[in-house]
Amino acid sequence: MSSSLTDAPARAGDLTSVVLPASDRKPLSKKELAADQPTWCPGCGDFSVLALYFKLIEKRKLWHEKITTIAGIGCSSRFPYFVQAHGVHYIHGRALPFASGVSLSRPDLHVFVFGGDGDAFSIGGNHFNHTARKNIRMTYVVMDNWVYGLTKKQTSPTSPQGFKSKTDVGGAVDRPINPLKQAISAGATFVARTTHTNPNHVLQMMEAAMDHDGFSFVECLSECVEFYEGAFDASNPRKGGVFNTVPADHDVADEIAAYKLADAAFPGYFGILYKASCPTKNANEAKINAAAQEKVKGLKDWQILKQTFDRLK
Amino acid sequence: MSEATITAPSAGRSPGLSRISEAVIRIAGNSQDGIQAIGGFLARLAGRSEQEVMTFMTIPSTISGGPSIFQVRIGSGEVLSAGDDADVLMAFYQHSYENHVGSLKKGGIVLYDSDHVEPNPEWHKEYRHVGVPISSRTVEAIGGTAKDKGKNIFALGLVAKMFDLNVTKLTQLISERFSGKDTSVLNNALTAFHAGYGHSLENTLETFRFAESQKKDRPQVVMSGNEALAYGLIAAGVRFGAGYPITPWSDIMELLRRELPKYGGTFVQCEDEIASISMALGASYGGRVAVTGSSGPGISLKTEALGWAVMAEVPLVICDIQRGGPSTGMPTNVEQSDLNIAVFGGHGDSPRVVLAPANVEDCFYTAIEAVNIAREYSVPVLILSDQAIATRIEAFEEPNFEKVFQDISPDFSPVPDGKPYDLSVPDGITRHVPPGTFIQSGKYPIITGLEHDEAGHPTASPKLHLQMTAKRRKKLQALGSRWPTPRVHGPSEGNVLLVGWGSTQGPIKEAVDRARAAGDSVSSIHIRYINPLPPGLEDIFAGFNHVFVVELNDEGIYGHGQLAGLLRAKYCDPKIRSITKTDGLTFKVKEILGAVRNYLEAGVRKI
Ligand SMILES: Cc1ncc(C[n+]2csc(CCOP(=O)(O)OP(=O)(O)O)c2C)c(N)n1
Ligand code: SF4
Ligand SMILES: [Mg+2]
Repeated sequence: MSSSLTDAPARAGDLTSVVLPASDRKPLSKKELAADQPTWCPGCGDFSVLALYFKLIEKRKLWHEKITTIAGIGCSSRFPYFVQAHGVHYIHGRALPFASGVSLSRPDLHVFVFGGDGDAFSIGGNHFNHTARKNIRMTYVVMDNWVYGLTKKQTSPTSPQGFKSKTDVGGAVDRPINPLKQAISAGATFVARTTHTNPNHVLQMMEAAMDHDGFSFVECLSECVEFYEGAFDASNPRKGGVFNTVPADHDVADEIAAYKLADAAFPGYFGILYKASCPTKNANEAKINAAAQEKVKGLKDWQILKQTFDRLK
Repeated sequence: MSEATITAPSAGRSPGLSRISEAVIRIAGNSQDGIQAIGGFLARLAGRSEQEVMTFMTIPSTISGGPSIFQVRIGSGEVLSAGDDADVLMAFYQHSYENHVGSLKKGGIVLYDSDHVEPNPEWHKEYRHVGVPISSRTVEAIGGTAKDKGKNIFALGLVAKMFDLNVTKLTQLISERFSGKDTSVLNNALTAFHAGYGHSLENTLETFRFAESQKKDRPQVVMSGNEALAYGLIAAGVRFGAGYPITPWSDIMELLRRELPKYGGTFVQCEDEIASISMALGASYGGRVAVTGSSGPGISLKTEALGWAVMAEVPLVICDIQRGGPSTGMPTNVEQSDLNIAVFGGHGDSPRVVLAPANVEDCFYTAIEAVNIAREYSVPVLILSDQAIATRIEAFEEPNFEKVFQDISPDFSPVPDGKPYDLSVPDGITRHVPPGTFIQSGKYPIITGLEHDEAGHPTASPKLHLQMTAKRRKKLQALGSRWPTPRVHGPSEGNVLLVGWGSTQGPIKEAVDRARAAGDSVSSIHIRYINPLPPGLEDIFAGFNHVFVVELNDEGIYGHGQLAGLLRAKYCDPKIRSITKTDGLTFKVKEILGAVRNYLEAGVRKI
């Protein structure tokens, strides 16, 4: 962003020298990255997502100050408290537009958003669709546990029909949404699926998502041991299930094929289902700005306004 | 007031020429006739001629058109309101004539299109009637094809002649307006203008000439309140905004969407109101105060996120361009009924700042003030404007750009440590370190809406909730104590004090001037700082027998309007009473004075 007036005054006591050049910095390990002791129930799937986020940061040599971890409300959305980096715990369902504001105004940051299925697809459903179609650069990991965890076992938009919850004692009535199909049809440019029981795969997906230039969405099955134990056993080989990866011959650029894969019955497929290259909103807006600024080249900000006001005389 | 006007010209008039100090011209037609354009030209001309100007318009809320008016008041002295009654009514149709003749002063002039209007002989006694075949003369002048399109410009020519306006400046304005279009459009416009100007009114009407106005130090700019607010935000350094379209807020978002890219900024049209405030908060968190805004129902939708901003202590500017409510209400009418939601809206104890600009120029400076308060106090600031200021056009002195422009780009230099919610800081005023900042201690802040400790980590500690609630309150108490006490217009002691806020400033001041000229003891104050309230009001109130709060909202279940309710709550002073109305129109000076009289003489509340 232009700052055509004087630069902001430096803070007292110049500490610039304490920041080592990236090449001299040691990758951050769990020791530097762990913040609060997670408050999740022992055995909760969310632990593994957190551990792999730390791994990702370490592996890709991301620095504390360049990461923002943003979440809405839910068990999973407690995430930012457990990460030693700039973080935001926002309101229920609205983490995506908040993160969009960060992404669009701060191109220098890595924007990661974590949340639950209720946060993403129920109260935040509208934002999910629009952030996807606008292709705003960020990585969004939804820890899907098919239930409302934090509020203690109500039906979630991904709960399968028949699931007995406190709000559906006779079993869930409404058809669940399919997050992958929804993401593809909304225009998301990166759609992947993984599960907390396969750590390497989680890391792989998060890394690919981070490298995607655009809105990258990862659905990560993350078991709620408290309120939906065993939900994902059929996808866990250790529990007698199968972990099917996306077929090797699947064309990730083929939207229809991706949609069909997404439609497969549980346990379905894991991996990158869809990936399209399409300009991000970040890039589109930058283009608009470049064109607009070309026209006022050489003018200070106040002179631009003066020019406008001259036409209002 | 001893003002020279059309109905009461100054003494010593020469035949055929009268000197006047001001005129109120009401143009009535259909919205598709371009009557807004005539008003706009007159306002711009007044601005260029260093005159004061204020406009008032009504537009139908349907798109396809319908009856519409534009009123412009031009004066050589201070113009405080759009004027109660008109000196001149220009009526394009029978309905325009019949519906608006009542808004004329006795002895005022009806300038009507004799192709469409059949004057009523009974009204001839009260008003001077001048008929001009505006439609057919326009067709004649431009030449058939365009039908009577262009009759607004013909009419402008008539007005120009009648008031001896500066033709060079006017044709210059017309040329600017139509430049870039097909040259035939401009030529037609100029032809229509000159035809109107050349149309002889000699036998029927004298020429009026405005008295010279005082030289202004700087050139004047002419714009609406919404424009002034948006440009003020730009001058303040805002470079990111997000919004969802709703009348009358949309103008601001459209303007920012168009203008911000020139300054390297971005405005995003979001999927809804909640996304808009959230996105703006995201950008603010990024280190540079951002803006969102809305009107009516949109404000209701934003309140959860507004509460987050209070709790998380993230700065933000929220424009509330009030319209008639509740619900979808009256989208194109004025009301000041959002004061309560602005001050209190949302759950929990959530103190925030509310400022209300008094006029168009003030919109520009209020925007800058709002940005600076938000930044300094890490708090959401609502700018409570309204449909009347938003859409009316005024002329004001061009700002000193170099002086008012500010750089608010974030500072990312490393810091030793950062407690986002440090409790040891005086008055609770803390500022966040934006993301991107390296923190030497390795302890990074979490910005949160859960009650938190000093580092931003969640807590259910009773002590911390007490302390943090107090922190959020204390910083606003500190802010309020630094604000100036409003100046009393008129003597600081007397019988009646009128209290106003927002767009009612002009008519209230004019009411005071008129009442005092008639020998009544009336003064007024204007409150720009709605929340927290400025200090010293109780001392002002003490100087008067009666305090009437004049505002455009309902008297409510307990008999007082929204600001009156706040003042009564704060000062427990039963002397504070209300003058309110909800007809969707701005206050007329005579309505205010009539209401005061009714209270004093009959002891009843009635407008
Ligand atoms: C506006 C609003 N409505 C309701 C809630 C209560 N609430 C908090 S979390 C939650 C659902 C969480 O479910 P999910 O997003 O799936 O997250 P999980 O806890 O399962 O990880 C609800 C309903 C809230 N915080 N805000
Ligand atoms: S309730 Fe479920 S989702 Fe929440 S922490 Fe416990 S196991 Fe995890
Ligand atoms: Mg859930």
